[in-house]
Order: sequence, then structure tokens, then C-alpha cells
Amino acid sequence: MSNVQNKSKIKIAIVGNPNSGKSTVFNALTGLNQKIANFPGVTVEKRIGFFNLENESGQKISAEIIDLPGCYSLYPKSIDERIPFQVLCDPDDESYPDFVIVIADASNLKRSLFLCSQIIDLKIPALLALNMMDLAERKGLGIDSGKLSEKLGVPVIPMNALKKQGIAELKKSLLHSFSPPEKDFTDVQKYSPGITEEIKNIIHVSSDYAAFQVANNFEWISAFHLTPEKTGKLKKIISDRNFDSDAIKAKETLERYGVITVLIKEVVHEKGIMQGTHVRSKKIDSILTHRVFGYVIFLVILFLVFQSIFAWAAYPMDLVDRFFAWSKQMVAAAMPQGLLNDLVVNGIIAGLNGVVIFVPQIALLFAFIAVLEDTGYMSRVSFMMDKLLRGFGLNGKSVIPLISGVACAVPAIMSARTIQNRKERIITIMVTPLMSCSARLPVYTLLISLIIPAGYFYGVNVQGLVLFGMYLIGFIAAIAAAWLMKFIIRVKEKSYFIMELPLYRLPRFSNIGMMIIEKVKVFLFDAGKVIMAISIVLWLLSSNAPGNKFETIEKKYNTASQNSGINHDEIIYKIKSEKLESSYAGILGQWIEPAIKPMGFDWKIGIALITSFAAREVFVGTMSTIYSAGDKGTRSTVREKMQSEINPETLKPRYDFATGFSLMLFYAFAMQCMSTLAVVKREMRGWKWPLIQFAYMGALAYVASLTAYQLLK
Amino acid sequence: MLTLDKLPVGEQAVVMSFTNDAVKLILLEMGCIPGETISVERIAPLGDPIAVNISGYLLSMRKAEAAAVEVRRV
Repeated sequence: MSNVQNKSKIKIAIVGNPNSGKSTVFNALTGLNQKIANFPGVTVEKRIGFFNLENESGQKISAEIIDLPGCYSLYPKSIDERIPFQVLCDPDDESYPDFVIVIADASNLKRSLFLCSQIIDLKIPALLALNMMDLAERKGLGIDSGKLSEKLGVPVIPMNALKKQGIAELKKSLLHSFSPPEKDFTDVQKYSPGITEEIKNIIHVSSDYAAFQVANNFEWISAFHLTPEKTGKLKKIISDRNFDSDAIKAKETLERYGVITVLIKEVVHEKGIMQGTHVRSKKIDSILTHRVFGYVIFLVILFLVFQSIFAWAAYPMDLVDRFFAWSKQMVAAAMPQGLLNDLVVNGIIAGLNGVVIFVPQIALLFAFIAVLEDTGYMSRVSFMMDKLLRGFGLNGKSVIPLISGVACAVPAIMSARTIQNRKERIITIMVTPLMSCSARLPVYTLLISLIIPAGYFYGVNVQGLVLFGMYLIGFIAAIAAAWLMKFIIRVKEKSYFIMELPLYRLPRFSNIGMMIIEKVKVFLFDAGKVIMAISIVLWLLSSNAPGNKFETIEKKYNTASQNSGINHDEIIYKIKSEKLESSYAGILGQWIEPAIKPMGFDWKIGIALITSFAAREVFVGTMSTIYSAGDKGTRSTVREKMQSEINPETLKPRYDFATGFSLMLFYAFAMQCMSTLAVVKREMRGWKWPLIQFAYMGALAYVASLTAYQLLK
Repeated sequence: MLTLDKLPVGEQAVVMSFTNDAVKLILLEMGCIPGETISVERIAPLGDPIAVNISGYLLSMRKAEAAAVEVRRV
């Protein structure tokens, strides 16, 4: 018995099948009052929202609502699906709810009721929200929700969450007292008499059925944080009884469906067959998954998406840059000159700039991906690509991360969560950063303009062709690395591709908007922290030198400028360049020079390589700082300065084809992105995988650059 | 016995039994239970996976998984 009336705070969990409109209901209840956390011990995102209820006497009750990952039953098949079992069967779990909202897709009632029946048997007060009533209506299904409620023993609220229909009723019924029905859907005692009592003697569970779930899901028991002694006792009970969980789960499932089939006959009446939406969906499928057009359409969509990302993001990115340039000027002028001024301007603001600059692309990319996913198209792409990708140790579902990787690996890696098989997920995460992301674009553009003459080859822009080639090299490297890892990574878990292909539908813009906000937030706060920290460290390294070297340099030039009529700007450039050379960053550059020389790089490139470990695009900025020296001011662009740089040993241009190409290969393969490493660490819950990734990509980059330079020089 | 991967596109059949326990569990809880009508709606362009109509919705599975589903034509 639960009576919300007397409580001031309640916890609600929301659970349902994938594609049942769970997120829509969640968003309709909470609006923007939501945040993302992690479930303890696993890399599963925990979406929590807040809203207020008002009881009859007008008192406010604050409700905290947890969005549990979509599932078809309480039996986990992936890390994500372990959460509903963990949260709903362990009353000591921090997220254990006061009650549960089960979301059912009314047009798919039978399958939804299966999960619902399991939840009801847990004896946590529950409520069934029959979502997508309009779709059921169009399918010609009449559902008697009153009768369904009577049969199930829990309140049933018909709703169309997308149109906000039924949300008010849902909130209202949350206030009523609930008592879970006495009778279970299935009598679990008959499968292994007495086992539930024995389990209840050892651990605290809410009901017989929860104890039965524990017996069945023993392999996931670590979720309960039990003492080794208790775990041992449970293990003994299960093995003493020869508890065959697979057979018992199957029996239980069949029995539940038996009860549900009878129930459905009583509450659902088919008002003639009107399969309008199905027929439409089938027609769309015959085009979008056509054996030829299917792939052509997919490529065209990809092309359009990337065109628009680069075209549309350019404007807001420019605004971001201008805003930060302006803030730098303002702050630099407003604060007293000195170390603190320099730290704020060149450390903190520059760092913030480096983070915020990616927001437009990330937001746009996620908008496109959300639309493709929400309409049901992405699952068809996975369907078309599964066989192809399987050969490389990947899964049809790896398509999304790989594609997203071309914009930014950070959100791409987050999107690999939908892959249930751990091995395929690891491989996907490990190779996604090899896809050429947008941060490599400025590096490629600069280097290509140095080593490839502008011109046309059979009417094709040669520089553009080389740029395309760099993207291709990244893709080939990703696929090849995946194929190799297929043999190396040992994870015993069978791979499946059993997945619902939802009906095509129009995108739901409120959900998409919410998702963009969510992803941008995660990026800004999680990745942002790392980028900021590294920027500050880099600032420290490049603005400090051992001993009083900086003073010596300044003194030298001060005397020089008094004695001769050298241009003032030129002296500032010279001071800057010599300071950089003698700074800690410069010392580091010279220190690694022997290691990078075989690849055709000097210490100046060395500094850029080091600074680029925060983020690749730092390369261009570092280059312009380094090469802003020794120059009469006539050749002002970085490109021209780099072009005129002479290698003192060969007396040929420093940036010849060999060095330039070698450098591009290095940027294509090396893991020079702190944000990606941070997100991999977050996703894989530890430093093992990001470190392996850093090492293998570094090795690949080194070998590729070395080989290229030695062959080409 | 006829298995689902061999069922021609568009032909109706009834789910009979399963020959793989893991596949059986996943499919059962998704409503693919013995006695349900099933039909192959389409095959992916590269010949695998397939998409089947079951219990009023479309479900995709690999041929290897479909081979574990025994069906009877109706």
C-alpha cells in the first residue's frame, strides 16, 4: 500500500519497451527539469527528471523520476538492460522507486503487457500508461482500458504523449493510493518450490517474484552489492537445486504470454483491419532498403548531412570565434597587465573557445542523427549494413558511431551504447576516432595547400581530391583496425542482431530538441573540463622557462632595438619566437626532436605535436605563433611563412611533399584529443581502453608517418 | 522441419519451436511465441539479415538466428 498523499517527496521509475514513447512521456512530465547522471558501477546514463504534484489539500509533492533503459523483460541481455532488474528488484538500491510507470505501446499491446506483468508481480505499486492510442486506433484496435485495469489490478491511463493527451490524468492518478494486486500472473513456486523463501532469508527483496528474478539473473547479481558471504550462500542455493534458469525463464515467459493472450481477447476488439500505417511503412521500406537504391539513398543522405554540417556550422562557429576574440580584447584591456591577465586571456578564455567552438557542429550532427533515428531510418541502415560490418568485427549498429565520427568522436562514441554485444561495442569505440573528425579539417587544409599545387585534373579539383583521400584513409584505417581487433579482443558474448524495426514516422521535434540539449551539456561539462585543464597546462608550459631566460631574451632585444632602427613589431615577433624556443614547451619540442626526425619533423613541429594532444586544431594556432617570427611583415599568412621555411640540413623547403604528407598521416592516425580519451574513459569505466587506444593509434601514426617520409624523401 | 531462414518472402507460417536456447529466450519475450503467425517481409540487400512480421510488428534478425526458429507453413 502506498499513499502519496502524506509524502512530500516521491521517487518514480519509468520503464517500457524500446520505441514505446517512453522518452516522450518522460519529457512531457518533466520538461527541461532533467539531468544526466550515471548508475553506480556501470556506464549507463541515468536520466533523472523532476516535477511537482499537488495533493488534495494543496500541498506540493516533489517527484523525482528516473528513466530506465528500454527493455522487453526484466531479464537483462546487455549492460543497459541490467538496470531495470537492479533498480526494481533491490529495495536497497539508491534508485528504488516508490512506484513505477509502465509505458505500453497500445498498438503493440501483447508485447508491452509481458513486461508490465513482470513489474506488477514485483509488488511495487505500478501504473500502466497506454501510449500511442492514436496509432492503435488507426490499426483498427479498440482497447477497453477500464476492463484492462480491472484485469491487471493496476490503473490504466490511455494517452498520446506526443500530443500531451493523458499527461494530466497520469499526474492525477499518481496521487491515488495503490495496492498491488494480491494474485501473481504466474505462480513462481511451481518452478522450484521454496526457493524464493530461501532467497528472502538471505537478502532483502520486495516480493517472491523479485526473489525469483534474483535466482534467474544470478549472473548479474553484482548489481546488488552483496557481501561475498551472501553471494556465496545464494550461489549454493541455486546450484543445490540445479536451478536451470534458461529453461525456467522460457517456461515462465510462455506461461505469461498464455495469460496475456486470454486477457487481450477480452479487452481488445479488432474493428476491421486498417493497416494503413503498416502499408505505408512497407512502401517506404521497399524504396529505402532497396538493393540498389537503398545504398544510393543512404550515400546521398550522408553527403547532404555533411554538406549541411560544414556549411551551416561555419556561421555560428565564426560567431563563437569572434565572440571570444572580443572577450579576449575586453578582458585583456580591463585587467591589469601581468601573469594573471595572460592566464585568463591565453589560458582560460582560449581554452573555453576551444570547447565552445565545437558546439554548433555537435548540435547539428546530433540533430541530423536524432531525426534519422526518430523517423526509424537509422535502424534500416543498420539492417542494410549489418552483414558488411560483421566481417570486420563490427555490428550493423556501428554505423551510427562511425558516421558521427566524421564530425566529432566524442558524441560518436557515446552513441555506441546501443550496441549490446560488448566486443562489438569495444571495437566500435576503439576505431571510431580514426574517422577523420572536423578538428583535422583545418590541419589538412593548411598542409594540403602547402604540398599540393592548386589545379584541376580532368576537371576535378586536385586539392579537394587529396582532402577526400584523407577521409578515405581514415575510414580504411578504422575498418582495418576493427578487423585486426576482431582477432585480438576476447570477450565471450554471442553477438545478436535481433532488433525491432519501428514503423516510419515523422520526427518528434521536442524529443530531438531535448536530446540536442542533453548531448551538448554532456560535451560542454565532461569534455570541456579536460580541454580547459590542458589549455591551462599548455599556457603554463609555453609562458614559462627555466631560470631567468625570458628576462635575458628581453634584455638582449631591448639593447638591440636601442642600437639599431629595427622595426618594433619585428622585435616583438623575435622575442616571442625566442621565448617559445626557450620555454618549457620549446624544451619539450627539442627533447622529442630526435624521435620525430625520422618522420621529417623538427622541434617546431614537435611543439605543435605536443600542444595538439589537447586538440588537433591547436596545430594551426601553434604554427602561427611559431612562425610569426623573423619576417618582414609582408608575408603575413601562416601558410606563406611555412612555405618559406627552409630545412637547414637539406637547404630545401621544410614543408616539402614528404614532410607534409607524413604530417597529415600523423594527424589522421594519432589520438590527439583529450576529450575523446576522456569520453572513452567514461564509457569504458576506467583507463585501460583509452590507454590502449592512445598507444595503438600513436604506434600506427608513427609507423605510417615514418614509412611515408622515408619512402618519399 | 522448415526453419524461418528458409521461409520464402511473403509466405505465412506458424512458429513451432526453437533449436537454440539463447535465441529462444530473446525471441519469446519479444512476442515471437509458438503458435504466432510469422512471415518474412524482406531480406536485407546483401542477403542477410531478414525482417519478419510477428505479432503486429517488424523484427529484424540474422539468418543464423532465424535458422533456430522452426516454423510450419499455413
